[in-house]
Amino acid sequence: MTTDLIGRVLVPGDASGTLLRLRSPISFWGGVDPRTGIVSDPRHPNHGDSITDTVLIVPATAGSSSSSAIMLELLRSTLAPAALILARHDGILALGVLVARELGYGTIPVVEVTPEVLQLLPEGGTATVTMTGSIELQ
Amino acid sequence: MAMRIVVDMAEMMGAERLTPITSAHIDGCLYHGDSGVEFAEHLVRRDGKVCVPTTLNVGALDLLNPNRVHSDSHTSEMAHRLMSAYVELGCKPTWTCAPYQAGHRPGLGEHVAWGESNAVTFANSVLGARTNRYGDFFDICCALTGRAPLMGLHLDENRRATVLVDTGSTSSALKQSDVFYPVLGTWLGETVGSEVAVIDGLPSEISEDKLKALGAAASSSGAVGLFHVAGVTPEAPTVESVMSHSGRPRIIHLSAEMIRATRDRLSTAHAGRIDAVAVGSPHFSMGEFAELERLSQGQQFKVPSYVCTGRGVLESLESAAGVESLTQRGVEIIVDTCVVVAPILPGTGGVLMTSSGKFAHYTPANTGYEVVYGSLEDCVASAVAGSIVRDETLWN
Repeated sequence: MTTDLIGRVLVPGDASGTLLRLRSPISFWGGVDPRTGIVSDPRHPNHGDSITDTVLIVPATAGSSSSSAIMLELLRSTLAPAALILARHDGILALGVLVARELGYGTIPVVEVTPEVLQLLPEGGTATVTMTGSIELQ
Repeated sequence: MAMRIVVDMAEMMGAERLTPITSAHIDGCLYHGDSGVEFAEHLVRRDGKVCVPTTLNVGALDLLNPNRVHSDSHTSEMAHRLMSAYVELGCKPTWTCAPYQAGHRPGLGEHVAWGESNAVTFANSVLGARTNRYGDFFDICCALTGRAPLMGLHLDENRRATVLVDTGSTSSALKQSDVFYPVLGTWLGETVGSEVAVIDGLPSEISEDKLKALGAAASSSGAVGLFHVAGVTPEAPTVESVMSHSGRPRIIHLSAEMIRATRDRLSTAHAGRIDAVAVGSPHFSMGEFAELERLSQGQQFKVPSYVCTGRGVLESLESAAGVESLTQRGVEIIVDTCVVVAPILPGTGGVLMTSSGKFAHYTPANTGYEVVYGSLEDCVASAVAGSIVRDETLWN
């Protein structure tokens, strides 16, 4: 059975990948190693998880305004997630994606979802994010 | 390109229009990888120039003492190119995360575009200027265009507090101490996330350095961009004057247990030997140097000890002849950068002691060191002893 969920498109695109839901707020700077794409903060519950090629659900961001720079670096070195699903109005990660598009590093879809949609998203499995912002679970 | 990014972001975040800004502070000059260099040099090639007074945050090099940072040659070269590109764009080479203590102080109600989480929070909270938490790249786009999207913390209604923190049951001795504020900030960031809080019950004579430490910790552990302190910060003469009109505010009574638990979480090591001490995040002020001088007089540090500061403060310290006595005790003064953004600490790991909530937050992930949080006095005592010495009386 497929469940369709929808978010607001911040950066349009199509992508599929394994869902990875971060279990606490994250600062990409100091939280994700831009050379490996792995969650590097030993105090983060997802420490050791790779975000590369995932459909990454970020319930909340924290910390550094350099997180956009880490996002850009991940896109340049093809270690970025396949898509970003953001639950808070936070432009910092989406900004990294916008700048990557400007510099010709390619782009990934970024959608923002409401708390209600966030609750419906599962912990794992595979998902496709589409141009219109719908999130299709497989 | 800069205007396109500003407009794209404005649309993405739902801003109806742009607002002129009077100044900018840029966090993008710290090297994280070659992409940031390509971005900045792209702007330079297109003859970009900032159109408002713009200061620069730290880079990944100590330009005055290049041998302090142990980076490989590629990293050093790219970090240097990145810093040079931002200077070419017309930014002032201040290289500090405390620009507000280096003469860059926008006034109450001024719209600005600042990056670097602690600088954003200080500008909003302590100065009453208006900026969102601008990410790397966006800060310079605003500086080049002189515009920022009119949204978020630029608007009156979003600056009102939705959370009231009552510190009435916290001891006044703790509230008078420096060591309390990074802990309070860490708790605040973890608890309120990106909401605006007003803190009630803090001493009215609270120093700017304490507010700096509070904000830096809150914007490390959470996404805080603005807090108010009733009777202290400029937009909060009283609690009532700054509370949100919509909805019922959340009221949190700060308990001794909350504070103690947060303090304990700031450390990943709790006893035994230490390998280094580092303070100065945000960058040390003249007042903090004076306190360090007072606490460490006549003592010799056994472990490598670092104080991070801006070159502006270093100049003042040099003219006040305050450098030599500290270096004789074994203190290294780091400028333009700091120990969690560049490889400065010796070896590949160990235990670092700090009085900075922000260092305590980022040390384990960024340096491979374990971390111990304590007061500046604890840091001095521990540096002299070579092992963790902490005064527990305030916390009991």
